[in-house]
Amino acid sequence: MQILTQSVGVSHYLVVGAVLFISGVVCMAVKRNALGVLMGIELVLNGANVNFVAFGSKFLRSDSAYALGLDGQLISLFVIVLAAAEAAVALAITLNFYNNHSTVDVDRADELKG
Amino acid sequence: MAPDASLPLLLGLAWLLPLVSFTIIVLFGPKLGKAGILASYLATGAIICSFLLSITAFGIWHFGGLGARADGDGAHSTTIAATPGDMHAAEDAKQEADAHSDGAHADAAHGGEAHGAEGHAAGGHGAGHSVPTSVPNHYTKDWYSLAEFGPLKMSISYYIDSLTVLMFSMVTLIASLIHFYAFGYMHDELHAIEDHEVVLSNGHHLHRPGRFYRFFQYLSLFCFSMLGLVIAGNILMVFVFWELVGICSYFLIGFYIERRSASNAANKAFIVNRVGDFGMIIGLMALWGSLGTFAFGDIKNAEGKVEHGIFSTVRPAEQIAGPDGVTHEPFSLRVPDGMVKSAAMDKITQEGIESTPDQVEVWRQEKYGYWLLIIAGLGIFCGCVGKSAQFPLHVWLPDAMEGPTPVSALVHSATMVAAGVYLAGRFYPVFTGEVLLIIAYIGAITLFMAATIAITAVDIKRVLAYSTVSQLGYMMLGIGLGGWAAGLFHLVTHAFFKSLLFMCSGSVIHATHTNDMRRMGGLRHKMPWTAYTMLIGVLAIYGAAIPFVIGFSGHYSKDSIIAQSLSFWQLNPRHGAILSGLAIAGSGITAFYMFRMWFMTFAGKPRDHHVYEHVHESPPVMYVPLVVLSVFAVTAGFPWLPFSVPKLLEQARYPGAVATAPLLDKVVFPEEYLSHLDPFHSQAEIMITFVALGGLALAVAFYGLRLLNPDEAKSQFAPIYRVLWNKYYFDELYAAIFIRPVMFFSKMIANFDRWFIDGLIHRLAAGVKKLSLLDDAIDRYFIDGLVNLLAAWTWSLGNSLRSLETGRLRQYVMFIVIGTVALTLLVRWSVAAGG
Repeated sequence: MQILTQSVGVSHYLVVGAVLFISGVVCMAVKRNALGVLMGIELVLNGANVNFVAFGSKFLRSDSAYALGLDGQLISLFVIVLAAAEAAVALAITLNFYNNHSTVDVDRADELKG
Repeated sequence: MAPDASLPLLLGLAWLLPLVSFTIIVLFGPKLGKAGILASYLATGAIICSFLLSITAFGIWHFGGLGARADGDGAHSTTIAATPGDMHAAEDAKQEADAHSDGAHADAAHGGEAHGAEGHAAGGHGAGHSVPTSVPNHYTKDWYSLAEFGPLKMSISYYIDSLTVLMFSMVTLIASLIHFYAFGYMHDELHAIEDHEVVLSNGHHLHRPGRFYRFFQYLSLFCFSMLGLVIAGNILMVFVFWELVGICSYFLIGFYIERRSASNAANKAFIVNRVGDFGMIIGLMALWGSLGTFAFGDIKNAEGKVEHGIFSTVRPAEQIAGPDGVTHEPFSLRVPDGMVKSAAMDKITQEGIESTPDQVEVWRQEKYGYWLLIIAGLGIFCGCVGKSAQFPLHVWLPDAMEGPTPVSALVHSATMVAAGVYLAGRFYPVFTGEVLLIIAYIGAITLFMAATIAITAVDIKRVLAYSTVSQLGYMMLGIGLGGWAAGLFHLVTHAFFKSLLFMCSGSVIHATHTNDMRRMGGLRHKMPWTAYTMLIGVLAIYGAAIPFVIGFSGHYSKDSIIAQSLSFWQLNPRHGAILSGLAIAGSGITAFYMFRMWFMTFAGKPRDHHVYEHVHESPPVMYVPLVVLSVFAVTAGFPWLPFSVPKLLEQARYPGAVATAPLLDKVVFPEEYLSHLDPFHSQAEIMITFVALGGLALAVAFYGLRLLNPDEAKSQFAPIYRVLWNKYYFDELYAAIFIRPVMFFSKMIANFDRWFIDGLIHRLAAGVKKLSLLDDAIDRYFIDGLVNLLAAWTWSLGNSLRSLETGRLRQYVMFIVIGTVALTLLVRWSVAAGG
């Protein structure tokens, strides 16, 4: 368990990111509520964001020459914007679905299957 | 602006304006106003503008003194002292001709005394009294180059001399008047028409919309073509516009295309003209192949070098001394080097003789190339025979009267048919003596034959048509006898009085709705304007005059032709007797049939009361042009006017002696100025007066006073009458030797086509059908089978994949997760295994 004895570095952040990611995936897989699924997506994206920021920080890396630098932060900002846009569209779809079916259960949304 | 810029501009505009009008009408015809009435305003406006431009050009020409020749030898200059006494004394005709050309050189010396003699000797003809010794003032240039083949050139060019200006003024004036006239004559066409002459298969008459605009459209096209023909600066352009007037004539004769007679007449006119044009193409080839130029006059090209035209090639301006002492006089006819070389081509290529100038001169003396010159002249004349309806191609013109009367007046009497005479006049410097004699004979035969046919015709327009043919024969005779100005003078005067006569006949037809003179009579009481203007026209063609004092226009022009024929007779007793005899007899017959026509139409008692009751005078728009034209019919010939026609024509006369005929050693052509002198002039005047009076007396006896009964004369001279009534059986003859064999042959070809070619094609089609059945089977079972198999595979694959698509979102997420984990593990294991 080296990680618990080390000072805080990139790998700690990666652990947090992984936890967030796994939580998100599980959330997407088990939730029947569409809003829950969306939340899972947000978790997944933010898990990734944490990784980017961690890789971009020059303080967390002993060899700062390999750090992504500002690129990592910019990519995570970009992901946030994308997430916002995606959420807007997804919420709109959900709202419409609710209007038509009076429910947000994703298992009920199987009308377009082949 | 200098005349060399202003004249082409004015005449060029006058030429193109009708084209503009034609283009607009052809594009927007029926939409121009109600029933296309604006089309007539447009066409009339265009031609009137053309007329004004032409008159301006005429003014520039006359008042600018442009007629004077470069060396001052013009219409008002010197005469030679050849008196009638000399002429009688001369025994050898050839010596005589030489003496004239000597005299032409000596004219300066005799200038003083000659002026006194001018008035009396010329009988007031005002024409030049010597052979001019310099090129007439003219303007010629290329407007646009169509094609160049090395040194050979085809272009749109102009050649403007006093003849061009005169023709422009004459054509546009008559065309303007006829546009006005047509406005009245064609007004029926503004409404829907019921054509009583066309019976459809269901027994009804034809109903069709009016075609007012189309008439004016063709008139405009015709004016454009005719003016283009006149202004043309090279023979190729003449040919192009020659064909254009031909096609206009075709359209206009066939204006009532639904009438079988009209469409037949249009075809006949077109085909007969093609026969003549075939000859013309041969003439063109002879010129083009040997001279390498189409241009009339000498044109300075862009580098300032003079390119010789046909005239100066055939009649060089320089005095040339030959190797054996034979001298070529300036401007006399000389076989061009190109023709000599073409004719001696065998010697050059096979015997290897080099064509040095001396050698060419030797060949020229041996008459090499002379035949080529004759063929060129005859070929061009062939075209003139077709267009001017000369024997033996005269058959189309009387049938052309199926067209509306304004067309007959403009196209088939005044302008287009005169184009043949115009071209013969234009090409006069190129004609050899042999060609001239042929022209004279054709003209004489035509004038006599057509005049005799006119005696028996009962259709008012056909009388005039045959009279047109006859008068064109006079013009050709005049030109053929060396009376260049006389022939063209008659062209101009004839255009005025014949269009007047035709328009009067149109007015009569408009009122009576029939062409048959046997149903008319006494019409002068009901339509005085028409009757008396027509009388003026009749008097003009009759050549009425107080001898030696004053006369109608026809008098002066016919007189000068007869005088020329007498002058010719003097030198050539045998040919002259025939040609002059026919011409003089023709003038008597002319007097007879013209007055016969007038008496039958306007005098006596009405023969058909039903017709007579409905007759009314035509509207002013129709009879005012008649009045204007009758003024010209009287005055156009006056020789003492400062701008009289003969004076203008003299300004355009090509210098040089009249051609000789070396192949016919007895024939000598007199210079034209000799015919203006006594005794020929007074003899002609007296002779023609008496002969015409005889014809008039006969007409009065038969049809005016009814002293003699025409029916009795008819039965007395039954065989002659039958021949004349059937127009010398020309139509029957042509039907027998040309039309029937062609029809027989074409039927044979048609049968061959039907049974052999069609049969072959049907077999071929059956074979192709079989082949295509086979192809169909291959297509259906093999190609389609392949495609269907592929489709079936795709279908089953899709069906099997279908079960994966459950529509459950969470399941998809699980698939993604499982897939990702599986991929990661795979990568790890493979990396571990590899490394």
